[in-house]
Amino acid sequence: MSLNKEATDATAIGDVEGVTLYDVDHPAPVIEAPRKRTKKTPKATRGNFEMYGWLFMRLSGIVLVVLVLGHLLIQLVLDGGVSKIGFAFVAGRWASPFWQAWDLIMLWLAMLHGANGLRTIINDYAERDNTRFWLKMLLYTATVFTVLLGTLVIFTFDPNIR
Amino acid sequence: MATPVLDKVEAESAASPYITVTFRIRRFNPEISDEAIWEDFRIDIDPKERVLDGLHKIKWDLDGSLTFRRSCAHGICGSDAMRINGKNRLACKTLIKDINPEKPITVEPIKGLTVLKDLVVDMEPFFQAYRDVMPFLITEGNEPTRERLQSPEDRERFDDTTKCILCAACTSSCPVFWNDGQYFGPAAIVNAHRFIFDSRDEAGEQRLEILNDRDGVWRCRTTFNCTDACPRGIEVTKAIQEVKRALITRRF
Ligand code: HEM
Ligand code: SF4
Ligand code: FES
Repeated sequence: MSLNKEATDATAIGDVEGVTLYDVDHPAPVIEAPRKRTKKTPKATRGNFEMYGWLFMRLSGIVLVVLVLGHLLIQLVLDGGVSKIGFAFVAGRWASPFWQAWDLIMLWLAMLHGANGLRTIINDYAERDNTRFWLKMLLYTATVFTVLLGTLVIFTFDPNIR
Repeated sequence: MATPVLDKVEAESAASPYITVTFRIRRFNPEISDEAIWEDFRIDIDPKERVLDGLHKIKWDLDGSLTFRRSCAHGICGSDAMRINGKNRLACKTLIKDINPEKPITVEPIKGLTVLKDLVVDMEPFFQAYRDVMPFLITEGNEPTRERLQSPEDRERFDDTTKCILCAACTSSCPVFWNDGQYFGPAAIVNAHRFIFDSRDEAGEQRLEILNDRDGVWRCRTTFNCTDACPRGIEVTKAIQEVKRALITRRF
């Protein structure tokens, strides 16, 4: 019996089948779940931020259906389609507070809706905390810049500029 | 003891119900390799038998090292959820004839959890989320001398979510859970739902607050994978939506 055991010990798989990296005493590392919950994982969050975010996506979505589809219709389909768009066309529309308001609301809603949607996607797909943080910073910067620039243009647009 | 022999002869002379089926199984053994591989097994089996019977045949007759969990073998313990032909199911509730035995039947471990060996995964993150929602009756004040009464209507309110067997088919079919193990996952929400809408329970508010978390119900994207996967036919996505609605109506 003891001889038998010695024999098995001596002929560990490595000897017979060439080099093996893993055996009973040195198992391969298993692939951890994507982000395992550890001691360092942040504690539960308080407040209703995610709830308001979720509600905002639905409510802004409903308003965007009207604003965006109307926008596309006016810009691309009606009255000669896309070829009619030019400086004069924009100047003509923004002379009316109604279209100013339309475009302003659409800008804000679409940007915040799109930004929050991208935030969700970054949260899902970024693997490392650092990557996630910087992608979100890039997203927020781009969003704030676009919203502010767009708002500025809508309010200070000067049809007589040369 | 002669009878079995006779039976066998008889069975062979009759038209055999057996067909040859290929099982393509995802194998992983960390004591041999860090790679998971597909391995094919061809077995003769009655198509009215279940995938679990096929796995048994393989383990008992062909390769004893094949590793999987099962306990009751009748769809009630929740041990043998696996990805069969790309869909999460219980091996003990899936008939061979229902999943096109002409083609190889693929069997993989459920996704999003650490594979320990072959079809066995580490269920700890799944049960951690389950424990987090406090899946037990919580009440205040004195205990009644007899049972806690409930009207049939009140019982009906959460009947669907009492059927859960914690097999993890839903949670491991959810893409949000796949790319981020932090999400509570459908099963934890189903089991919170079971107590939140129980008229006898008094900690619904606490459970709602737990699921109001960053990784709670708001991460659900309504893909319905969970409802499709549930072997108990629970309307999982609906339960999640009901928790969302309870959270919103509580605030407004
Ligand atoms: C036309 C009207 C629109 C409606 C009704 C709508 C509706 C929605 C809803 C309800 C969600 C949440 C999905 C979920 O939580 O599962 C969503 C997500 C999203 N929306 Fe919109 N949306 C609209 C327009 C837009 C526009 C114009 C943009 C881009 C600026 C946009 C970008 C996104 C993004 C990036 C997401 C995240 C996708 C995801 O969660 O996987 N949407 N949308
Ligand atoms: S809800 Fe259905 S799929 Fe999810 S763990 Fe319970 S029984 Fe399994
Ligand atoms: S073995 Fe118990 S549910 Fe399948």
